[in-house]
Amino acid sequence: MAEYKPIRKVVSGNYAAAYAVKHARVQVVAAYPITPQTSIIEKIAEFIANGEADIQYVPVESEHSAMAATIGASATGARAFTATASQGLALMHEMLHWASGARLPIVMVEVNRALAPPWSVWDDQTDSLAQRDTGWMQFYAENNQEVYDGVLMAFKIAEQVNVPIMVIESAFILSHTYDVVEMIPQELVDEFLPPRKPLYTLTDFDNPKAIGALATPDDYYEFRYKLAKAHEEAKKIIKDVGKEFGERFGRDYSDMIEKYRTDDADFIFLGMGSLMGTVKEAVDRLRDEGYKVGAAKVRWFRPFPKEELYELAKKVDGIAVVDRNFSFGQEGILFTEAKGALYNTSARPLMKNYIVGLGGRDFTLNDVRKIAEDMKGLIERGELDEEVEWYHLKR
Amino acid sequence: MEIPESVKKRLTLPAEEYFYAGHTACQGCGASLGLRYVLKAYGRKTIVTIPACCSTIIAGAWPYSTLDVPLFHTAFATTGAVISGIEAALKAMGYKVKGEDGVMVVGWAGDGGTADIGLQALSGFLERGHDAVYIMYDNEAYMNTGIQRSGSTPYGAWTTNTPGGKRHFLEKRHKKKVIDIVIAHEIPYAATASVAYPEDFIRKLKKARNIPGPSFIQLFAPCPTGWRSPTDKSIEIARLAVQTAYFPLFEYENGKYKINMPNPKKEPKPIEEFLKLQGRFKYMTKEDVQILQEWVNRQWEKLKKLAEVFG
Amino acid sequence: MKLNTLFGEKKERATKIVLRSVDEYPEAPISLGTTLSNFTGSWRTFIPIVNEDKCVKCYICWKFCPEPAIYIKEDGYVAIDYDYCKGCGICANECPTNAITMEKEEK
Repeated sequence: MAEYKPIRKVVSGNYAAAYAVKHARVQVVAAYPITPQTSIIEKIAEFIANGEADIQYVPVESEHSAMAATIGASATGARAFTATASQGLALMHEMLHWASGARLPIVMVEVNRALAPPWSVWDDQTDSLAQRDTGWMQFYAENNQEVYDGVLMAFKIAEQVNVPIMVIESAFILSHTYDVVEMIPQELVDEFLPPRKPLYTLTDFDNPKAIGALATPDDYYEFRYKLAKAHEEAKKIIKDVGKEFGERFGRDYSDMIEKYRTDDADFIFLGMGSLMGTVKEAVDRLRDEGYKVGAAKVRWFRPFPKEELYELAKKVDGIAVVDRNFSFGQEGILFTEAKGALYNTSARPLMKNYIVGLGGRDFTLNDVRKIAEDMKGLIERGELDEEVEWYHLKR
Repeated sequence: MEIPESVKKRLTLPAEEYFYAGHTACQGCGASLGLRYVLKAYGRKTIVTIPACCSTIIAGAWPYSTLDVPLFHTAFATTGAVISGIEAALKAMGYKVKGEDGVMVVGWAGDGGTADIGLQALSGFLERGHDAVYIMYDNEAYMNTGIQRSGSTPYGAWTTNTPGGKRHFLEKRHKKKVIDIVIAHEIPYAATASVAYPEDFIRKLKKARNIPGPSFIQLFAPCPTGWRSPTDKSIEIARLAVQTAYFPLFEYENGKYKINMPNPKKEPKPIEEFLKLQGRFKYMTKEDVQILQEWVNRQWEKLKKLAEVFG
Repeated sequence: MKLNTLFGEKKERATKIVLRSVDEYPEAPISLGTTLSNFTGSWRTFIPIVNEDKCVKCYICWKFCPEPAIYIKEDGYVAIDYDYCKGCGICANECPTNAITMEKEEK
């Protein structure tokens, strides 16, 4: 193994994704422009134009076709990538099911952006969380580094379990904000991520196979079970790959939930994506002031790390679930998931849902402080005032 | 079994079969014949993509396949996009695509999946110039869902959502000219074909193989179930569609039109000849038939002009 | 001759596939066999009968069989694989010498 000397570049989250695609030696990219994703595919096109990446680029006419073409490429046996956001992801919905049902290890960067109307191009997780049941795995990046690392790990994980993965980043907060990203020299990426070994290909002309034919009620059920089981098995692969990544490159991802100062915490914040960067910074300040708080960042929303959540939940008195998303008629989506995951366990912390930052409204250090104060009071009183608070609502 | 060598040279189609019997197409199905011909033309190194359509069923329910070549089943709207992705992947993986010894990438979609829900993906495929062949097998309605009208259903046809009745609620729109939409993309090769003329169809498929870029063939494929026609008349009806100039055979190659009618000197037969064998047209009044005849005449004159001016 | 059909050994090898345990299933919905194990001859109401006296070996019937269920014997005459023939009657309708007739099948 060659010695690891990272290459530091100041890049946006989108460029970090594009570099990862190049370093992963992706063979086919089919994509359609949409704000704030577009600069990913622009950068990839630039790599191709400059002869820096050998990628077949298919500039499709819609996101539905972007996913369809990516599926065609992946089924043929190539390593395939696409990227989208919001409306584009919603348009892809049908084909997301197709990718997972055909067990294709596609990796897609999804830039969280609010759904219209009213039109919005800003950060909101409802778009990706609305794809919860498509059979895709979901990785939420907190920063540009995690976008880069996430894409590289996603290929390695996806290709072992034959399940597609979305690597998700925040609109503008990550996609267009420049930060230092440590990139890995190509030969070391190659060692980490060998060429894909497909489950099947469409080029086996001597032993041709039909993929995805009609399955009657006698057979469909078993294929669903296989996909469900692949998600369960992926939990171990995620830990292994995350650990290996840490050993090779110094950033450990073996935990599906990143724990930040949670060990002796009275209560914790639970959330996903870039807003957890703000929460972690606030936790440091609150700790300085004597608050015993921590942050738990859900990296992998699918498969859902309920075992890790339980280990956390049993040690704390309260969990403030911060959702930059909403399921209408219910509550924040991570909140539902977290409560559900704990129901059949002995862990019974007080849990409150804070709906924050929909459509990109700024979520600040001060917001985290106010939520901490609220949580502290609730825990002391031992009861909830309201289960779901529209924290940012103008009143 | 092997066909005797002495016989092989007398056959007008390739002897090899890559389309298995035992499939579940209806009796007298034109689509299944068409797929059989496609595979005869292209042979083993062919990747077929089939969206939602009758051929989803014809190609075999899991765990079986009717095709002796790789097949990818895909969603309704996506044929054009999936074949684009397959072609891109083959190139990325170092395969030769199209040409005599290249891999053939084939999209095989019905008229609903092409004229309607798949039109956008088809347009994208054509416009981007992928090396693949898109075949629209045209049975003039959504047959797999149970005979609903599509953009490709002709004027006057009964379907289950244009059922006639007291209000004479039949299809009131003329057939969408998908081939004209395709030609508007100025692709290198587009053609019409019919299962009644397999030699012509296979000749066109082989031509498409050797012309780089996207190719498109609109194949007329009778559906006895949906057309309410006797199962043994499928070829006869398909032949009459050509002979009446309702579905004329022609090619568009690098900007030039060429009509391939079997008897070029003959005037087209009246449209009634085509209509009378099919129960789906039995609700048409004399005026309806006249309206359809005039449409056929108009299209035929236009095609002849195109062949004359851009021949 | 037993293998004297269009698909020969492939037909002989074709079997019905029934999976009893989830462990027997492939990871993805990948086909495991061919439709040759599905004998669609049972659909038939009318059966085509070839009269070799009238057959001129033009192979038009072979050409237009949608199954395909018509094969060519070593002597050059056509024969019908009744395991697959659904009795659509295209062969009889297209035969230029009326060498194929459709008869009501007794079952």
